[in-house]
Amino acid sequence: MAQRDDRGAAQSAETSSGPRLVLEHASKSFGSVRALEDGSIELYPGQTHALVGENGAGKSTLVKILAGVHRPDSGRLLLEGRELRLHGPADARDAGIAVIYQEPTLFPDLSVAENIFMGRQPLAAGRRIDARAMRDQVEALMQRLGVPLDPSRPARGLSIADQQIVEIAKALSFDAQVIVMDEPTAALSGAEVERLFSVARTLQDHGAAVLFISHRLDEVFALCQRVTVMRDGRQVFTGPLEGLSTDDLIRRMVGRELDALYPKQEATRGDVALSVRRLTREGVFTDVSFDLHHGEIVGLAGLVGAGRSEVARAAFGIDRRDAGEVIVEGRQLPPGSPTAAMAAGMGFVPEDRREQGLVMDLSIARNASLASLGRLRRGLFIRDADERRLAADWAARLQLRYAHLSDPVSALSGGNQQKVVLSKWLARRPTVLIVDEPTRGIDVGAKAEVHRLLSDLAGQGVAVLMISSELPEILGMADRVLVMHEGRLTAQLSRQEATEERVMFAATGHTTTEVGG
Amino acid sequence: MSVTVDRPEWEAAEERSRRGSHLVEVALRIRELGILLVLGLVVAVTAAYNPRFLSAQSIRDLLLNASIIALLTVGQTLVVITRNVDLSVGSVLGLSAFMTGDLLAGHQGLPIVVALLAGIVLGAACGAVNGAVTAIGRVPSLVVTLGTLYVFRGIDFGWAGGRQINASNLPDSLLALGSGRILGVPYLVAITVVLVAVTAYVLRSYRSGRELYAIGSNPDAAVLAGIPVGRRVFAAFVLSGAVAGLAGMLWTARYGTVDATAGTGFELQVISAVVVGGVAIFGGSGSVVGAALGALLLSTIGSALVVLKVPSFWQQAIVGALLIGAIALDRWVGLRIAAALRQRSIRSGS
Repeated sequence: MAQRDDRGAAQSAETSSGPRLVLEHASKSFGSVRALEDGSIELYPGQTHALVGENGAGKSTLVKILAGVHRPDSGRLLLEGRELRLHGPADARDAGIAVIYQEPTLFPDLSVAENIFMGRQPLAAGRRIDARAMRDQVEALMQRLGVPLDPSRPARGLSIADQQIVEIAKALSFDAQVIVMDEPTAALSGAEVERLFSVARTLQDHGAAVLFISHRLDEVFALCQRVTVMRDGRQVFTGPLEGLSTDDLIRRMVGRELDALYPKQEATRGDVALSVRRLTREGVFTDVSFDLHHGEIVGLAGLVGAGRSEVARAAFGIDRRDAGEVIVEGRQLPPGSPTAAMAAGMGFVPEDRREQGLVMDLSIARNASLASLGRLRRGLFIRDADERRLAADWAARLQLRYAHLSDPVSALSGGNQQKVVLSKWLARRPTVLIVDEPTRGIDVGAKAEVHRLLSDLAGQGVAVLMISSELPEILGMADRVLVMHEGRLTAQLSRQEATEERVMFAATGHTTTEVGG
Repeated sequence: MSVTVDRPEWEAAEERSRRGSHLVEVALRIRELGILLVLGLVVAVTAAYNPRFLSAQSIRDLLLNASIIALLTVGQTLVVITRNVDLSVGSVLGLSAFMTGDLLAGHQGLPIVVALLAGIVLGAACGAVNGAVTAIGRVPSLVVTLGTLYVFRGIDFGWAGGRQINASNLPDSLLALGSGRILGVPYLVAITVVLVAVTAYVLRSYRSGRELYAIGSNPDAAVLAGIPVGRRVFAAFVLSGAVAGLAGMLWTARYGTVDATAGTGFELQVISAVVVGGVAIFGGSGSVVGAALGALLLSTIGSALVVLKVPSFWQQAIVGALLIGAIALDRWVGLRIAAALRQRSIRSGS
């Protein structure tokens, strides 16, 4: 993604007009936890400002203060130089501040138009809702955004990208002057990100002050002009992005030199641990064959929707398969039985940790022991002490940051949640581990730790299959790279052969034999 | 990484989505039509067996029998739409029925409008208790109203102390309200129809009505949208209580004899009617018209079984089967619609 040329122009425009929204030295505590120590930010009209930092750095708290969800314990908020007190989300909206969350919260039963205008529906005589005017206005908004969404369809079933469009249309409908986007791209495909960016640029060109939060630094460079870096609840850097590199930002985010984000060690490749033979599921993937050896990390790359997760799910027995076989340590696995796969030594860390990997309301200890209950059982019962010992043991090994093992896992940050999912499986001492998007939505520091952990596991002889949509992660971590396109394997590349171009080439449907040179 | 999909033209996608939304709307509207269809079937079969089932008097009785439960479904729908439930409506009705009866029997010459208002105020007060504990105390309404179901009934028993009020003690004007007609339509039926119509209109076309749906559809999003969730939920309970209070007064007018057991078990009949009428039990969708038709259907089935000389114990089994059938149908239609909507998102490339 190319940097924009008019960045300098926007920069000079900024100096001529004052900031639209200023947050000064805001702090916020929840009980004894200090979520925000010194949050400050200045947003200028016609500019997109990036907010970056590790998970737990206080970004979300800052956003929620701007959204009127949280009231800061100290500090103040200025809109066009005047102090602004927000007593709730409605106040923020009335002040022209719109927040678009990573996963928008819509009303699934209500129409797109009603979602946009809830609480502010245009009224006709007698305070009756003017449904026709509402529909027309939404149609006009959708035309402006260039997105063909039917105003009268229910919000249920909209993709995340479309849900965000509904939120942006909402922001436009009340003429928001400040638009905050909290990790809007985390769940979007490439084309959807491009669409969102063009919408964001339009908003910016119309004079809105945009705050953009993302873990993907390439997006930050593509879209934003200024950046604020937060660490441990404080603003540690604010300035123009021009002249900064990704490394500069990462260094400021973590506050230490990141020697390597991808600490892959060489490991000796052993015997075949998992062999997938001509695996097929009608209409999803076809004829997928590969071997996975002890001690190696195999990356499975491809575009979203290429069928990578589906292959993994079928191999582990969660989904049925129509043809083909799965062999673990020389023994056939029966189809459709995760229990058999687990007994054979397989582990599976799913893509969606909140829905599939964890029971969010259960404690850390309960989650960590969930896959090992059979081993923990003594007689008819499971002792809390055993459970805690297992959890504490793995928490220490994975450097999990937590207050109490009895806290619900939902209280942890994304990176620490992922460590709990990993410890759940590692406690079973698997010989084959499938990890699906192991670092999605977790911060740089935790990412490096997860990578180090995977590398250590391979060093101990575990066979790791890593599905990832992040190409640098695949290239940095994998000993071998498999690429899928529309349900078929299109390439198998060694670490030396695997380059960004080659993987992308295969991921868009060209087999490697066609790669001339 | 990105794939660029050839996007269909704006017009084509627009046209397709319009057609799609029409289908969805029909599928959603089908609920009221479906109930009317089943109702017609029940009436037709019963009338074939005994043509007197279709006489003017018989139809009036069918409507009259359904009207009190139908009235209660109006309040219950308001509550259920917000993802709550009011189990205390039967007890509120009983309390109001006895109180208004006692009031009129003890003060001969008191205008019945006073009794009417007293019933409504008493019901609203009961609803305010439910609403306050639910909305402010953040206790699940299922538990709160299960508790008040017993509390209100207990107060009723305490007040009545085993007494019974008979028609001979009640003013004629009250009994006239229970049995009189306006343009051939019994007062009770007319009151119910008017209340259903007004509520349906408010739920459809006023912000406060739409906000009730929003709350039930996604409570967290409702807070973020700046909807005063607590206040709206509280209001829904107060209205449900007020309607139950009104229904209690009308109950006394209709039956003329009241003791402390009036309306016992009504809550389950009301909730059955609401669910059969297509109001989602987890909130967010449904209409008062559907709920009232659900009440009419259930009570008509009850009358039809008597005419058809089906043993009365079958009635409950049939109501239960209908309830499960209605929920299974909802689930099936819901899955179909969800699949269709997802498909539309994919095809329109948006």
